Amino acid sequence: MREPEKSPVNQAAAIRLEHGSGGAMSRELVENAIFPLFRSDAFPELLDAGALEAGSDLLLTTDGYVVDPPFFPGADIGKLAVYGTCNDLSVSGARPTCLSLALIIEEGFPMEDLRRAMTSAAEAVREVGAKVVTGDTKVVPRGKGGGLFITSTGVGRRMFSYPLSPRAIQAGDGLIISGPVGAHGLTVLAARESLPVGGSLRSDAANLYPAVSSLFPLGSSLRFMRDATRGGVSAVLNEIVQGSRMGIIVEDEAIPVSDDVRTVCGLLGLSPLEIANEGVFVAVVAAGAESQALAALHAQPLGRDARLVGRVSADCPGRVLATTRVGGTRVVDFPRGLLLPRIC
Amino acid sequence: MSEESALARQLVSEIGAVTARIGRPVRLMEVCGTHTVELRKQGIHSLLPPEVVLVSGPGCPVCVTPSGYIDNAMKLVSEGRAVVATFGDLMKVPGASGRTLASLSGTGRVKMVYSPRELVEAARSSALPVVFLAVGFETTVPTILSSLMDAREQGLRNLLLYTAFKTVPPALRFLLSDPSHGIDGFILPGHVSVIIGSDAYAFLEEDGGRPGVITGFDGMDMLVGVLALLRLIQAGQRKVRNAYPRAVTREGNARALELMARTLAPRSETWRGLGAIPGAALGLQDWLADADAQLVLGIPPAEDREAPGCLCSRVIAGVSLPPQCGLFGKRCTPDDPVGPCMVSSEGTCAAWFRYGASR
Repeated sequence: MREPEKSPVNQAAAIRLEHGSGGAMSRELVENAIFPLFRSDAFPELLDAGALEAGSDLLLTTDGYVVDPPFFPGADIGKLAVYGTCNDLSVSGARPTCLSLALIIEEGFPMEDLRRAMTSAAEAVREVGAKVVTGDTKVVPRGKGGGLFITSTGVGRRMFSYPLSPRAIQAGDGLIISGPVGAHGLTVLAARESLPVGGSLRSDAANLYPAVSSLFPLGSSLRFMRDATRGGVSAVLNEIVQGSRMGIIVEDEAIPVSDDVRTVCGLLGLSPLEIANEGVFVAVVAAGAESQALAALHAQPLGRDARLVGRVSADCPGRVLATTRVGGTRVVDFPRGLLLPRIC
Repeated sequence: MSEESALARQLVSEIGAVTARIGRPVRLMEVCGTHTVELRKQGIHSLLPPEVVLVSGPGCPVCVTPSGYIDNAMKLVSEGRAVVATFGDLMKVPGASGRTLASLSGTGRVKMVYSPRELVEAARSSALPVVFLAVGFETTVPTILSSLMDAREQGLRNLLLYTAFKTVPPALRFLLSDPSHGIDGFILPGHVSVIIGSDAYAFLEEDGGRPGVITGFDGMDMLVGVLALLRLIQAGQRKVRNAYPRAVTREGNARALELMARTLAPRSETWRGLGAIPGAALGLQDWLADADAQLVLGIPPAEDREAPGCLCSRVIAGVSLPPQCGLFGKRCTPDDPVGPCMVSSEGTCAAWFRYGASR
């Protein structure tokens, strides 16, 4: 039987929550309704960060944070707004240098909570070694906002001079996941929905630069990196191979997943591969460079549990397949139809 | 290679050998929605010989609930007569109008719950009746009932159940009553059988029955279950075997069965695609009439109307496979589902779409 053609699903008359899930609908929204209006020869690809001007060593990225609740075990919206934006720069091969923070605050939001979130953001900024150089605050009437929203924009200096792009991947390249997946999204979900399970979960939100930069010595053997945020590892892997002549085959058994995450996912019928992370990235490295990459990551606190989980393959162009524990094969698709809004 | 995958390889090769000895195509029905998902998630379908065809049965609770049930629930919300509480799956099933309960979440009268235990608090904090969309098989029925009992013990009489409870054995008997069913054997549900026990399937061993194997849910469990079933078919034995003995006994869970016997009575209600099956639905007994949303709020019987072109009813009956539906993967996707088999996380179409429609 033939695989079905995946339909254009953005014929919706209005924005739906799924458009923000980081899965298929998010991707299609950006590709169909937004990116075509801004595409240019100098910036033909959708990447996490772009150069300030063509050829510049300064990279720019931006991200919005709407996580609900704003505080949860392991992190909060302030930390996310700093780490998330800096991580986009890091996986693009740049060291974060400065940031802007724009706050949209709803009338009635507790001052104490605002202080707490900003103190936490300031700690994260110090840890990363960047500076906040500008910002903005807006207040919207009660009921017209969502508590606290933060948009942060970051600039970083390119420290890795080889191209990092999905187009650089080659058959046989190894696929590495930097640490256990699924903790952040489940933690936020458990905190928001007061789930009777998942009490021991903590967000993995962290500054990825030290672990990412430990891979820079790989040079041209380092092909591509991306932090596995919304849509999780599934979305990242599908983005890497979408429209490519290459595919990816991963092994279920090799994916690092903590027992807590596995248990809660089992109870809720969720896949750890589809859940947002804030301290995990995926790296594609040339065949033969895997052990050097793993040794470098294992020397970093965040990369202790890094694993080689699969390979780039010419056998399944444009698709991601998983080999299961009993030796079967299944498709790993973009996450679809998930009801997990406001996770970051 | 891990020991597990080496053992799996042996099972797969034995499955191939038994299939060859059977010497004809065989159709195995996995009754339970969790099996539908896990068989594809673990890639079991990719390991079986082409002669072994897995078809889904009527074991996905959301899928067998008629569309009119959703329309009735939406009416309660839009008329402001009740707060409707439900598991997440049902939020996104379109009613006959094409609209979903999720589209009404802005009213504040739709509450998604992860566990029936949340219902007691929901009832306590609501001035309106809280109507739980009580959809499920024997697996979920007891926990829903025990929450209802807890609420009543605490004097909370505003928790009502809109029951669409279903029971597995009469549905299997009904499928077998159609002489053209074409089913060679059943992969029997694991979780449901924990509650009802293996003796509940004794009728499969009678005239007109088919062999069945109660099967667990991990990859090895399912390979063992399929192999055991194929062996029964090859030997021409109309037997029921329990390949999940670490969880399933002959008698089932006495406490859960006692609770169900004390509170529920068989009814004949509409199953989507199959029509009214005698005794295959469970409703509240008369002494719980004041907790029965249909009686208290005067909810009319649910009509079963299918969207044009949707083959869910044939998929549920194991007659059609998802790719045979013209809507599958085109008009109908998990992001924008037309039929319930694409909405439910246990739905056959969703599982095929998500994990691959090829063999």
